[in-house]
Amino acid sequence: MNCPEDLKYTKEHEWARVESENEVKVGITDYAQQELGDIVFVELPEEGAEVTQGEVFGSIESVKAVSDLYSPVTGKVSAVNGRIADEPELVNSDPYGEGWLLSVEIDDKSQLDSLLDASAYISYVEEEKKE
Amino acid sequence: MSGSAESPKRTPLYPVHLKYNAKIIDFHGWEMPVYYTGIRDEHLTVRSKAGIFDVSHMGYVSVSGKNALDAVQKVFTADATKMKNGVVSYGLLCNEKGGIVDDVTLFKIGEESYFFCVNASNVEKDYEWIKKNSGDIAETKNESTEKGIIALQGPMADEILAKVAEDADLKSLRFFHFTEGKIGNDNVIISRTGYTGEKGFEFFFQRNRAETIWNLLMEAGKEYGLKPAGLGARDTLRLEMKYTLYGNDIDDSITPLEACLERYVDFDKGFFVGRDALLKQKEEGIPRRLVGFKMIDAGIPRQGYEIIADGNIIGKVTSGNKSFSTGDSIGMALVKTEYSSIGTSFFVSIRGKNLKAEVVKTPFYKK
Repeated sequence: MNCPEDLKYTKEHEWARVESENEVKVGITDYAQQELGDIVFVELPEEGAEVTQGEVFGSIESVKAVSDLYSPVTGKVSAVNGRIADEPELVNSDPYGEGWLLSVEIDDKSQLDSLLDASAYISYVEEEKKE
Repeated sequence: MSGSAESPKRTPLYPVHLKYNAKIIDFHGWEMPVYYTGIRDEHLTVRSKAGIFDVSHMGYVSVSGKNALDAVQKVFTADATKMKNGVVSYGLLCNEKGGIVDDVTLFKIGEESYFFCVNASNVEKDYEWIKKNSGDIAETKNESTEKGIIALQGPMADEILAKVAEDADLKSLRFFHFTEGKIGNDNVIISRTGYTGEKGFEFFFQRNRAETIWNLLMEAGKEYGLKPAGLGARDTLRLEMKYTLYGNDIDDSITPLEACLERYVDFDKGFFVGRDALLKQKEEGIPRRLVGFKMIDAGIPRQGYEIIADGNIIGKVTSGNKSFSTGDSIGMALVKTEYSSIGTSFFVSIRGKNLKAEVVKTPFYKK
């Protein structure tokens, strides 16, 4: 399971990367893309939409199933990865890079403190696997 | 087959699936590989090179004896009198109301020897149905636990099989024909059939020889890029061809006329179970049709989603997914007949949103 140290994670398997003082990039984890299998469609909000930490902001579909996407942060969507519409498989091949989903402009950086760091996320996944 | 009715059943290739790190799922009580490397990869490999599938969960019901042909004619919608030895025929088993008990292939080995290849989920049901409705005039046997079945599908299938098949004239083997031959030292029925829309074969053999035959084919296929392919790719491949899947697109309550499978029903052959009901439906009008459609708006249609037109629910999606070969979101839906012609627009209700779709010509994928 690939979990970069510099990211923050949710229990719903999204990641957040601080890009600048008020900009956070969002995607799903390597573990999540593996569990989903081949991703065929991602529904994302429009630029300018508001997203809220812990709430659904879109959905992701694999060949077999549909899953909700939960926002790791609260803020305004400043960019959407336009390539995902035509190449949803980027989420499988490069979940932390070209398969990113959104950029979110946040007001309050302290909200990131409530997210899991890499080692806490790995432990959480290990526990989840046992169940 | 191993295990009781309660515990999951496994094919003789289960250890092989584990060796290839297959993701195993429950499929109608069978522990089967849904994919090995990934559904997209396996799908595209079958379209461009070749894939090998374990389909040993499917059933094998033989009908033999001097009245075998009469017995087959009573339960099968196609006309078996037209079949020569070595011919395969696709058709339906229907109930008295014309509903589809199963979609099957019938193999004619000889004048007194036939077998049906039936869906895994229907083996016992089909066997009982065939036995009951053929009137005990022939010997009907469920040989599913004795047979193994492997499918080799894709443009490279001929080259791969030619390396390992013996005593079989593959060059003259036409589509929907079969021959007996050898793979390695094992006697196999080699049939030019499949359910992917690709060139290919299905092999029937003694169940305990499955692993040996699989390994020989895999070895022969190495230089052609042959890969194991799971149920996931089988499903997306058959969907691109608009091949129906029992339990999704067809079932006991849907007739072949509604499912647009009329070309596999021969009304001129005389009696078969369901014939009267189907003739009646033909006369009175067919209320709904199984259509192929393409999404115009972005979204993936899935089984059970409602189809909306003119503000009303006019049908339901029976199968749907992304087509890896064309890039379109495609599906099949059972809709009221007045909405079934090519070019008709309707909406698919996808999690609260009505998204536009259009009835299109099928198959969705053509070479």
